Amino acid sequence: MRAFDYHQAVDSGQAVEQAVRRDGAKYLGGGTNLVDLMRETVERPEMLIDVTALSRDIDETDAGGLMIGAGVTNAAVAGDARVRLRYPLLSRAILTGASAQIRNMATVGGNLLQRTRCAYFYDVAASCNKREPGAGCDAREGFNRYHAILGASSSCVATHPSDMCVALAALDARVHLLGPEGERELAFNDLHREPGERPELETELRPEELITAVELPPLPMAVRSEYRKVRDRASYAFALVSVASMVELDSNTEDETIADVRLALGGVATKPWRAWQAEAVLRGQPATEETLAAAADAELAVAEPLSGNAFKIELARRVMIAELSQRIVDARKGGES
Amino acid sequence: MSPFTGKTLEDKQPGVALSGDYWRPDGRPDPLGESGRQGIGAPLSRIDGAQKVTGGARFAGEFRFDGMLYAALAYSTIANGRIVGIDTRVAESMEGVALVMTHENAPRLNTPPVFLRSPDGAAGDDHPVMQNERVHWNGQPVALVLAETQEQADAAAESIHVAYATESAMTDFEMAKTQAHEPDNVLGGPAEIRVGDADAAFETATHRIDATYTTPRHNHNAIEPHAVTLAWEGEGGNETLRIHDASQCVDLAVASLAEVFGIDASRIHITSPFVGGGFGGKTLWQHQILAAAAAKLAGRPVRMSLTRKGVYRVVGGRACTEQRVALGADDQGRLTALIHSGIAAMTRHNNLPEPFTQATKCLYGADNIRLAIEVADMHMLANTFMRAPGESVGTFALESALDELAEQLGMDPIELRKRNEPERDPTSGLPFSSRHLLEAARAGAERFGWSERASQPGSRREGEWRIGLGCATATYPYMRMPGAAARITLDAEGATVAIAAHEMGMGTATVQTQVAAARLGLPVERIRFRYGDSLLTGRVLAGGSQQTAAIGGAVIAAQRALVDELLGLVDADSPLAGLSPAQVECRDEGLGVVGDDSRFETYRQILARAERAELVAEADAADSEELANWSMHSFGTIFCEVGVSEVTGEIRVRRLLGSFDCGRILNAKTAASQFRGGMIMGLGLALMEETLFDSRSGRIMNPSLADYHVPVQMDVPEIEVMWTDIPDPHTPMGAHGIGEIGITGVGAAVANAIYNACGKRVRDLPITLDKVM
Ligand SMILES: Cc1cc2nc3c(=O)[nH]c(=O)nc-3n(C[C@H](O)[C@H](O)[C@H](O)COP(=O)(O)OP(=O)(O)OC[C@H]3O[C@@H](n4cnc5c(N)ncnc54)[C@H](O)[C@@H]3O)c2cc1C
Repeated sequence: MRAFDYHQAVDSGQAVEQAVRRDGAKYLGGGTNLVDLMRETVERPEMLIDVTALSRDIDETDAGGLMIGAGVTNAAVAGDARVRLRYPLLSRAILTGASAQIRNMATVGGNLLQRTRCAYFYDVAASCNKREPGAGCDAREGFNRYHAILGASSSCVATHPSDMCVALAALDARVHLLGPEGERELAFNDLHREPGERPELETELRPEELITAVELPPLPMAVRSEYRKVRDRASYAFALVSVASMVELDSNTEDETIADVRLALGGVATKPWRAWQAEAVLRGQPATEETLAAAADAELAVAEPLSGNAFKIELARRVMIAELSQRIVDARKGGES
Repeated sequence: MSPFTGKTLEDKQPGVALSGDYWRPDGRPDPLGESGRQGIGAPLSRIDGAQKVTGGARFAGEFRFDGMLYAALAYSTIANGRIVGIDTRVAESMEGVALVMTHENAPRLNTPPVFLRSPDGAAGDDHPVMQNERVHWNGQPVALVLAETQEQADAAAESIHVAYATESAMTDFEMAKTQAHEPDNVLGGPAEIRVGDADAAFETATHRIDATYTTPRHNHNAIEPHAVTLAWEGEGGNETLRIHDASQCVDLAVASLAEVFGIDASRIHITSPFVGGGFGGKTLWQHQILAAAAAKLAGRPVRMSLTRKGVYRVVGGRACTEQRVALGADDQGRLTALIHSGIAAMTRHNNLPEPFTQATKCLYGADNIRLAIEVADMHMLANTFMRAPGESVGTFALESALDELAEQLGMDPIELRKRNEPERDPTSGLPFSSRHLLEAARAGAERFGWSERASQPGSRREGEWRIGLGCATATYPYMRMPGAAARITLDAEGATVAIAAHEMGMGTATVQTQVAAARLGLPVERIRFRYGDSLLTGRVLAGGSQQTAAIGGAVIAAQRALVDELLGLVDADSPLAGLSPAQVECRDEGLGVVGDDSRFETYRQILARAERAELVAEADAADSEELANWSMHSFGTIFCEVGVSEVTGEIRVRRLLGSFDCGRILNAKTAASQFRGGMIMGLGLALMEETLFDSRSGRIMNPSLADYHVPVQMDVPEIEVMWTDIPDPHTPMGAHGIGEIGITGVGAAVANAIYNACGKRVRDLPITLDKVM
């Protein structure tokens, strides 16, 4: 790791100002990803602007949702009583990720912008289009068990590794930003980009833009939301496939139908993957095994396997169906009470 | 009352007579092997436990010298070729940098002697260390930086640019396999062993299993990454090299370094008081040699702490294997043919063909046996010993195949093993010194509830989880290598036992304190056990699970020497006057006559009367003749219960039990930890450990604990361990080493349980969920 300057920002405006002033400056959250990448010389910032102290609160919004400051630690979000009650899948998703020590350090902002765990991205001796545009991709013919079956391109097949982000994708969260040109908001699902021909561009953030908060809109059905993560050991491993789900039933109709649903996938795509196709198949349809299978198939219709990850198509299918079935069972119970 | 011996303190402890000739067929067993010996088997807590948990134990990378510099390495990014240019200008100009060393300015060094090839060999391979422009593996150190701080050294090492002329490299095992050949030896023995004609017998057998099993590369991940702190002390021409190392072979390392630097071994001193795990990896690799060379060049002391990634680049691991097991049996399940053959990756520069047929040599009494190991030469970092080299992956293949045969025969897997229990060693013909495998299996089966196993796979389920039980035999050889010697110093305070042995976390210092106390008739508080220092007596390798027996043999010899000395001191007034060593025993802090309580004198009295402050006795252990007289092995049976998710293929080990037959257990607590630790490593081998070696580049792509998976807490269920505690009459203390047996058998026990759970037979490690879903 090479030497760098360190600056602790006192407020968001000053952080942005510093970033504009200094070439090669980067915001520093908990450092659990950025500092690792600096050790690998994948990231070589001249200066780190520590933004962890800027926004550490979780507040109620007028709309009835929650506003989570970008500096709130992953552990604090997962442990927040309101989150656990109203958005349990967010809490569950965070707790399936990393280790307690890392979650104590990691921040919301940093979690959103954590970079892929692709081994060829991490090793500067390998070829990686994301790290070095035009260099080629060693993952495509290499170790790609953890790589994407959805949203990939010929230039990049790296997954977005976050668990928390999969929950945020399902929750229709919004991201609050502050940049040199002022504040703006983005739908969370518009924040990350698919790689296309430009895998080095991972988000829609503009230069020096700072994430200040993540907003969760009110979503009553989220009280029965869940997150299931399938991985290579019982804990402390990235997802092979993960599924965030919630279902609302309409029992007034003759056959019970799916009134509303949110479904998102992790571990299988180049960005936190909202399963729009599956949702479209599910909405308004009878809550049957056939519907669920059709929905899963619709989402995976465009899935493209690599040499080492073809099993994920079937795995994602099975976990989606199993999770949706369970949500339907839960919703029935919830409806009775 | 003592909770472990069931004796009250008033019970008189029997004395310990000299143990002379346990190694001979007509010899007497070591009295410490007898049951009920004071302190033997007691669950004494680690004597260094408090020191370790309070940070008081200093490890190799925590020592310092005045004026010390910090080292960092730059590693090659190609697997074969030449360095055609190294640009070190930026590095040299960076703040704090004292030296950049490459093959262009490194001091001239001799080639290191290789482990198992040369008697003094401790090195992993015989490549010259930074002596020329050749690159032999992807990750080989190509430059070293010394700087005033670690951070400065790291930053400078990163700024070094190396240009290579790449040559074609054999980095694909599939390709290398096509040119596999027989190695000139396997652990000093032949690569092929034949009893009868196994191939012919297999062809005509009524029941046949013929399957291929594959196991991946593994890397060492001791919790303490390799580190060394060293200094050249003294003046020109006569300097001595003082090394704080993390080592499991201080004496071999001294001998090897002496050869590398062309100096007398007496001028090298290595200490290694604490080692944070060795498992076969803490021998001599390039980092110690490079650190010493750089210290010499810079004229200043050096600390080199490898990063985790550095350990993957510089320290070898377990080779990948492809094994065939072919079993032929009659209707009764009697094996008529047993073939175990295959190929392991290796380099032309080391001498460890992964010896996966070791366990098969002794386990089953087949009429016809053929065992054969071939190696596939590759451009890679030399593979090395890793906990139960051979047995851990070999038992996966053999014991899976036995399970497959049991299935075909419709026979209980334990019954099948019972029917093939040999009378004598099936390949050497020697009698077993101590083999109680069936007792261990029976006791384990009862405790585990083996009878609840449904013979039909897929019969038990809980929700989406299918539940299955599996078992497998564990085994590891008993060894006692030559070279051990010990010194006992007796004074008014008690006794100091000194031997150049090692404590890598196994509990050696604790156990040997217990053993010495029992042997000398002293309380444990009056024993001081000194180890981990090359200046001490003897040469003892902490490897091959042999250290306990090796130390035991040396202390037995030293006790005899001590008694000789003591009897030489007594004068006519002593109640011990005129006695021969055979007539006396150590008891109650002194020497007494066997069978005569009245004739006794304490060590203190003897020393005081002779006006001696201390008495020193030193002796070499007896030759390991027992190994020529008997087939000597530890045994056990591993039982496992797994759940396999029908939805995801996820595997959860729910219960694990090991029932072992390893001679007399010396300390119930440290032994249980050794067994459990081995079994946990076995779970890693079964379910997740795998080095991702890129077959295009020969580069390891997961050199970190985030990406190289070992079991975490949630992967490990409650583990039960039990043992026969039957002493081997032909070993010191009646004991066997127990460091490695725990990992053996576990891979197959898990695989067999998975088969029983869901009917899926996985023959390729690790068993990840995609292979069973
Ligand atoms: C061993 C290991 C295992 C892990 N396992 C998992 C897992 O199973 N699941 C999972 O989801 N995650 C896992 N993680 C990743 C972990 O969640 C991330 O490292 C963490 O969330 C990053 O947060 P941070 O605050 O430390 O970010 P940092 O490392 O500080 O920053 C990450 C990036 O975000 C940028 N950044 C930070 N804050 C802001 C801001 N406010 N505005 C704009 N940019 C900002 C930084 O400049 C940097 O580019 C693991 C990490 C490790 C090291």
